[in-house]
Amino acid sequence: MSGLRIRKGKALSQHPAIELIGIDKSFGAVHANKNINLSVAKGTIHGIIGENGAGKSTLMSILYGFYQADRGEIRVDGQSVAIKDSQAAIGHGIGMVHQHFMLVENFSVLENIMLGAEGGQLLAKGRSGARAELKRLEDEYGLEVDPDAIIEDLPVGTQQRVEILKALYRGADILILDEPTGVLTPAEADHLFKVLKVLRDQGKTVILITHKLREIMAITDDVSVMRRGEMVATRKTAETTVEELAELMVGRRVLLRVEKGEPKVGKVLLSVRNLTVKDSRGVVMVDDVSFDVREGEIVGIAGVAGNGQSELLEAIAGIRKPASGEIQLDGKPIADADPARLRELGLAHIPEDRHHMGLVLKFEEYENAVLGYHRDKRYGSGALLDLNAIRADAAEKIEKYDIRPPNPRLKTANFSGGNQQKIVVAREIERDPKALIIGQPTRGVDIGAIEFIHRRIVEMRDAGKAILLVSVELDEIRSLSDRILVMFAGKVVGEKGADASEQTLGLMMAGIAA
Amino acid sequence: MDLFDIIVSILGSTIRLSIPLLFTALAGLFTERAGVFDIGLEGKMLAAAFASACVAYVTGNAWLGLLGGIGVSILFSLIHGFASITNRGNQIVSGVALNFIAAGLTIVLGQAWFGQGGRTPQLPASGRFSPIILPGADAMRDVPVIGPIYANVISGNNILTYLAFLAVPLSWWVLYRTRFGLRLRAVGENPGAVDTAGISVTWLRYRAVIVAGFLCGFSGAYLSIAQSAAFIKDMSAGKGYIALAALIFAKWKPVPVMFACLLFGFLDAFANFMQGKAVPGIGEVPVQIFQALPYILTCVLLAGFIGIAHPPKAGGVPYTKER
Repeated sequence: MSGLRIRKGKALSQHPAIELIGIDKSFGAVHANKNINLSVAKGTIHGIIGENGAGKSTLMSILYGFYQADRGEIRVDGQSVAIKDSQAAIGHGIGMVHQHFMLVENFSVLENIMLGAEGGQLLAKGRSGARAELKRLEDEYGLEVDPDAIIEDLPVGTQQRVEILKALYRGADILILDEPTGVLTPAEADHLFKVLKVLRDQGKTVILITHKLREIMAITDDVSVMRRGEMVATRKTAETTVEELAELMVGRRVLLRVEKGEPKVGKVLLSVRNLTVKDSRGVVMVDDVSFDVREGEIVGIAGVAGNGQSELLEAIAGIRKPASGEIQLDGKPIADADPARLRELGLAHIPEDRHHMGLVLKFEEYENAVLGYHRDKRYGSGALLDLNAIRADAAEKIEKYDIRPPNPRLKTANFSGGNQQKIVVAREIERDPKALIIGQPTRGVDIGAIEFIHRRIVEMRDAGKAILLVSVELDEIRSLSDRILVMFAGKVVGEKGADASEQTLGLMMAGIAA
Repeated sequence: MDLFDIIVSILGSTIRLSIPLLFTALAGLFTERAGVFDIGLEGKMLAAAFASACVAYVTGNAWLGLLGGIGVSILFSLIHGFASITNRGNQIVSGVALNFIAAGLTIVLGQAWFGQGGRTPQLPASGRFSPIILPGADAMRDVPVIGPIYANVISGNNILTYLAFLAVPLSWWVLYRTRFGLRLRAVGENPGAVDTAGISVTWLRYRAVIVAGFLCGFSGAYLSIAQSAAFIKDMSAGKGYIALAALIFAKWKPVPVMFACLLFGFLDAFANFMQGKAVPGIGEVPVQIFQALPYILTCVLLAGFIGIAHPPKAGGVPYTKER
């Protein structure tokens, strides 16, 4: 019996599933949670929303025993409990699905589910029991998965299902999900929401952490809003609005739509002709693609992730050599140019993944603020860098872009996602390039920063720059672009105006319509 | 000597030269599958060889000698664990440091205690593991083909040799059939998964390095009190690194580890045999070529010619909770 915990009776008592009273937590100088009170009713889906860095994940990590609170009380089903580690949390029926999956990728589904609840010293004994339990969970909640499949062969949505099964297998009655849809396609997200509703209807309690307002409105019963480490409000979802929640999150009114006028289009600046790009395995990812971007317009590329957008961006940015085809910037061929040459020619690049390509996280902020432009005369001559000039320049950008905390000597890893992205955006935009290629400008970025970055991009367009925008967020493409190209399986399958409906674009993205 | 006798003789020394590699590579298998790189295998083996010889000399008992070797080797493992698991230091640096400590300390202590230039005195017969003649070895000797192989390759080895081959299926069983093995493999791939399942990453990794120390104790004892009759300075002579190469060559899997060690042992035996002999049409081949072969083969493997070797994903990375 050491593996499976006895599940608690389903009879709903009057107590809330979870009560947090006066939870307080600091990491050094950072006060992550300030006197948090929260009550989560049984059998509900309770959303916790807030910007990145508001303290949501810290709070849930305390509930799951990953961190210890400095002060405060946790009550589970009305009983005051001490959760000193994850084992204790599991013992109290709390399960967690982490943002970055805690799965062993070369293990089978079954092995991952058994890990930590093997049911004895030898695996053979526990394995058949686990298999049967998995089958039962599958039937009860509609969570289908092949127990013998290897995790790394499974799509992300299915991996997440394994995480949920892991929690349920350990007898979780309360399930915490941390930003569960960040890695999912829209269809996978819809399926997840169906599963969560089934779980709720079966009497489980679900806590959903997210910064996406739309998810809160779509699925939760109650919603609590966090801002800068504080719990600022709790509402019934049915009685609130997107606007109110956005305002509570940011602390001021937010514009959810981008305001922009008609484009004043000039000559062609960036021109791509018959471009074919292969990935490192030699598979054709971009297949004979041609398009132009003109002065003063934003051309958006829509598509489900993995349809060649990344390779297209990399080829234009000079990171990946095209197999064939031509790229021109302001009439000059650039298909063979390296990124340094491209910057000199006036092509700026905001890469899709700021952690891998945009920033060196261990560098201090000012070092990242000149990365790629460090050869510039302004930042020193010969082999030496003029650190004072670089820091002054960084401080200027910090002020202009409202990067917080305003400290150029802080390690970049210690900035929140939104502020990190602003560092990249400031670096690329402030050089006044002719053309700008942008990948996923607001991935993992909070609402306030999204609004800011979108406004900057529109300003660049109005200043006559040519902008190519790639994003998997269809809303972002639709609200920013003047023209929309849709990519599917490496080809541009069609072009639409900014007024194209979500349904039209969605069908094109799925390769059904052109 | 005809060709068959030569083959039997080379096979016999292949076995003898493979055993220290096998124990050491299995030791590396346990730590590296748990995500702790162990470049210090060499040092552990050397320290264990010294300790075994000292204890065996003083007590005149081979088993106590083995125990002494195991004890010292585990102590070295715990130092490695303290530096790289508890204090999250760089695993390579810690391992290299241990190699230097072992190389220096064995000579200094050996000289201080026995005054023979870093050697230990010759061991009495009772302080050694002697060859075991399996039943029927002499009777079978005259049976064609099978007889000499049985008598000279399979029989006539010391107890540690048989234990080494026993350790292979045992390691496989522990890694793939027990709870400890499942958790150990998991912690080498994604320690976060282990931590969130409520299992202590630190204690699990400590147990892995202790197992490695235990196995290195055997390889050290084999060198000084089974294969030889004394400790000689630097007697591990890079075998720890060859074992590491064998581990990579075998892609961190127990049964392939055995074959890799046998292959490298064979190359070593063949090199010894070829010493001073001319290859027809080429002339005398420098023995160093054969000695370099294990490393060359491993490089070729790592370059991806024999399939890609995937090391444990979390290998070399100290575990810290996010933030």
